[in-house]
Amino acid sequence: MADITINKPPHALAEFWHYFSENRGAVIGLWVFVALIVIAVFAPLIAPHDPTAQARDALLVPPVWLDGGSATYLLGTDAIGRDILSRLLFGARFSLFIGLVVVTIALTGGIALGLVAGFFGGWVDSVIMRVMDVVLAFPSLLLALVLVAILGPGLTNAMIAIALVLQPHFARLTRAAVMAEKNREYVMAARVAGASKLRLMFRTILPNCLGPLIVQGTLSFSNAILDAAALGFLGMGAQPPTPEWGTMLAEAREFILRAPWVVTFPGIAILITVLAINLVGDGLRDALDPKLKRS
Amino acid sequence: MLKFILGKLAYLIPTFFGITIVAFGFVRVLPGDPVLLLAGERGLTPERYKQLLSQLGFDRPIWEQYFDYVGRLFHGDLGISLVTKKPVLAEFMALFPATVELGVCAILLATLVGIPLGIFAAIKRGTWFDQISMGAALVGYSMPIFWWGLLLIIFFSGFLGWTPVSGRISLMFYFDRVTGFMLIDSLLSGQPGAFKSALSHLILPTVVLATIPMAVIARQSRSAMLEVLGEDYVRTARAKGLSPFRVVGIHALRNALIPVITTIGLQVGTLMAGAILTETIFSWPGIGKSMVDSISRRDYPSVQGGLLLIAGIVMVVNLSVDLLYGLINPRIRHS
Amino acid sequence: MALLTIRNLTVTFDTSAGPFKAVDGIDLAIAPREVLAIVGESGSGKSVAMLAVMGLLPPTATVTADEMSFNGQDLLALPAAAKRRIIGREISMIFQEPMASLNPCFTVGFQLQEVLRQHLGLSRADAHARAVELFTAVGIPNPADRLQSYPHQMSGGQCQRVMIAIAIACNPKLLIADEPTTALDVTIQKQILDLLCDLQITQDMALIMITHDMGVVAETADRVIVQYKGRKMEEADVLSLFQSPQNPYTRALLSALPENATGKRLTTVADFMRDLDAQSGVAP
Repeated sequence: MADITINKPPHALAEFWHYFSENRGAVIGLWVFVALIVIAVFAPLIAPHDPTAQARDALLVPPVWLDGGSATYLLGTDAIGRDILSRLLFGARFSLFIGLVVVTIALTGGIALGLVAGFFGGWVDSVIMRVMDVVLAFPSLLLALVLVAILGPGLTNAMIAIALVLQPHFARLTRAAVMAEKNREYVMAARVAGASKLRLMFRTILPNCLGPLIVQGTLSFSNAILDAAALGFLGMGAQPPTPEWGTMLAEAREFILRAPWVVTFPGIAILITVLAINLVGDGLRDALDPKLKRS
Repeated sequence: MLKFILGKLAYLIPTFFGITIVAFGFVRVLPGDPVLLLAGERGLTPERYKQLLSQLGFDRPIWEQYFDYVGRLFHGDLGISLVTKKPVLAEFMALFPATVELGVCAILLATLVGIPLGIFAAIKRGTWFDQISMGAALVGYSMPIFWWGLLLIIFFSGFLGWTPVSGRISLMFYFDRVTGFMLIDSLLSGQPGAFKSALSHLILPTVVLATIPMAVIARQSRSAMLEVLGEDYVRTARAKGLSPFRVVGIHALRNALIPVITTIGLQVGTLMAGAILTETIFSWPGIGKSMVDSISRRDYPSVQGGLLLIAGIVMVVNLSVDLLYGLINPRIRHS
Repeated sequence: MALLTIRNLTVTFDTSAGPFKAVDGIDLAIAPREVLAIVGESGSGKSVAMLAVMGLLPPTATVTADEMSFNGQDLLALPAAAKRRIIGREISMIFQEPMASLNPCFTVGFQLQEVLRQHLGLSRADAHARAVELFTAVGIPNPADRLQSYPHQMSGGQCQRVMIAIAIACNPKLLIADEPTTALDVTIQKQILDLLCDLQITQDMALIMITHDMGVVAETADRVIVQYKGRKMEEADVLSLFQSPQNPYTRALLSALPENATGKRLTTVADFMRDLDAQSGVAP
């Protein structure tokens, strides 16, 4: 009878990549995301036109494959003669930037609050968590909308507003993980060995909570892009002539029946970006979640 | 069980006060003089200004103002709209049924399609059905729904001409408002074609609003079912020689639906956010659209009142879901 | 004639580290009314072999055997519907975690009567009466009331009694008990074991007892199979096994029992195997 030898268990990072790469969707998402980064970085070089340049003689030109289209404007132009393709390419910069900034703010704020709440417990915990619950009681877009109304419309304020609204998710996750880990033996061992509270928080406990935080991070990245686009669509986010994809949709709205391409392409751009990130997020979650491992 | 209910209610109170603080503080955090913002009049003389100052209570200490505010809340006084000059609460109640009708239809659609989709995807894990349905769900919640709505309008209203572009019912029809729900009122009115018109106006907004909850519910149903299928008691059910239909449909499904109920309830918050966008696109006269309008028209009493009411409703729904969860989870029900 | 005959059973799992053979060419046979113990460490594949017989393995498992027959019927060739008439009725199984093995959403009465109505076609009233009898037979007090309880309202020992009641409900010819007492308190363990042994006699059935506890083996078994890493190391009647174990692994297991300790430090299986290899000059 043939002997099947049992291989040595693989190294942690290699094992993670093995699971992640098994998920073809996640790998495709990753490549698309990398492509988006490249586009964002090299937009000035790739884009055929200046995104804000208006061509008075080329208003609402259809895409190249429709009647009346031209190769100068591959995806057509909008109502004031700006090339849609170039605007989309530059728009990638804004979307990725928004995602990055929002997640960074929400992550740092949320983790800090969650660590403090979980670690110190007692009334500190209660107060922080009640505040988080109040924030979560409001529908996210509504709260972001009201915050932007207070701060004034604009991309920066939109990002701050969205970050504030998304932050409780990180705080809750961190707190739950801290409370679960707090009483484990390795923490007690570190405490007995004389580790300071700060060291305990960051060096001992936090690395073990990373899994769910990473997954939530990708989810928040995609939510940030969608919410920023929604705010832009409602006129409260990035203001014209900024080529942010949501703002482009707001400007295009009155032409949906006359010139549907002005509406279609920015939405597709948002969809592809968010889809790629969600695919990666799914892959990360499956790779990091021990329960789903099939062996 | 009683302890569970009391615990949930006790949690409600600080959160409710937190919400009132946010609504109360909102006007005072805005840039500009709050008296001018809330006055709704222009060209104030100094005497009129002083009059408004004491009328609105800004000359008193802040905690007095807060208690005054909360006191008025309990009497149903949420202020007067700067634009319509009518009480905010009355305006809200007039528009509320439109959003409820849309929301209820959306959540029904999302549940009736999402749960079976997710369950079957779990049972047929790894097959093309699983991959396609979960792929569709992923696309569903990766889409900006305002764009999705616009696309559907372009295709079904513009290209095919099947559905109307905006509003709740064709302008041809007029009847008295009984419940505020167009589907019911149009039936009650007895006018031919009214119900059909109401229905055709409801279809696209419902589909758009239901998209994200449907995707989330489908995914959650699938993962809940997968988790349950790996449990010991499902193995016992199989070891008893029960048919696969019974193992999955009775033993597994009951347990899998419990976390899904929670998910459905939590989607109400998403529905409110989605309603803002959906109502804007379809010119659906509900509270979502009214909030956007109030903000852009700087009708701050309406915004303040709307914030409070919407958050309050979401809170009550979340509480109901929590209580319902306690009811259907036998471990909590019989403890 | 043997009740259950297994020849050359192999079970392979698909894992991230490659295929893993949990069971490697096991032969096994049990006669009616016999008590067979399968003993071995965790990971020896003892549960997997029996789960394969019951058809309870996940899809990632591949089961092959030269023969796997019960009461003359070839289990491997049986269509699913026919197999379901045997599983739960003529062969039944109880598991290690009794509370997790019962469905939290249904009463224990429901879960018991379900088997009676499915396999024996009893009416609701008859099934209820029989359920009360079964609860009495397994030693649950206030049986009629207890039928309305949910699993989380009962202790681990009581849940295991419920599982046993479900298992014997249709008078099976073979009961497989997979570590039935491992998750229970020591005081309850003896009660459950005694119950199983009594029922084995009164219900006239064969019993396969899977365990890692040599004490349980000594108390309950007629014959013993020792398993290690998916392979059968030794098979003997219980007295011969304890008095004169043939296989070095069996001897290692027995020497690791606390009551057989001689020096200050308890012997482990690894220790024993290493000493043995040293004695016979084999490299470790």
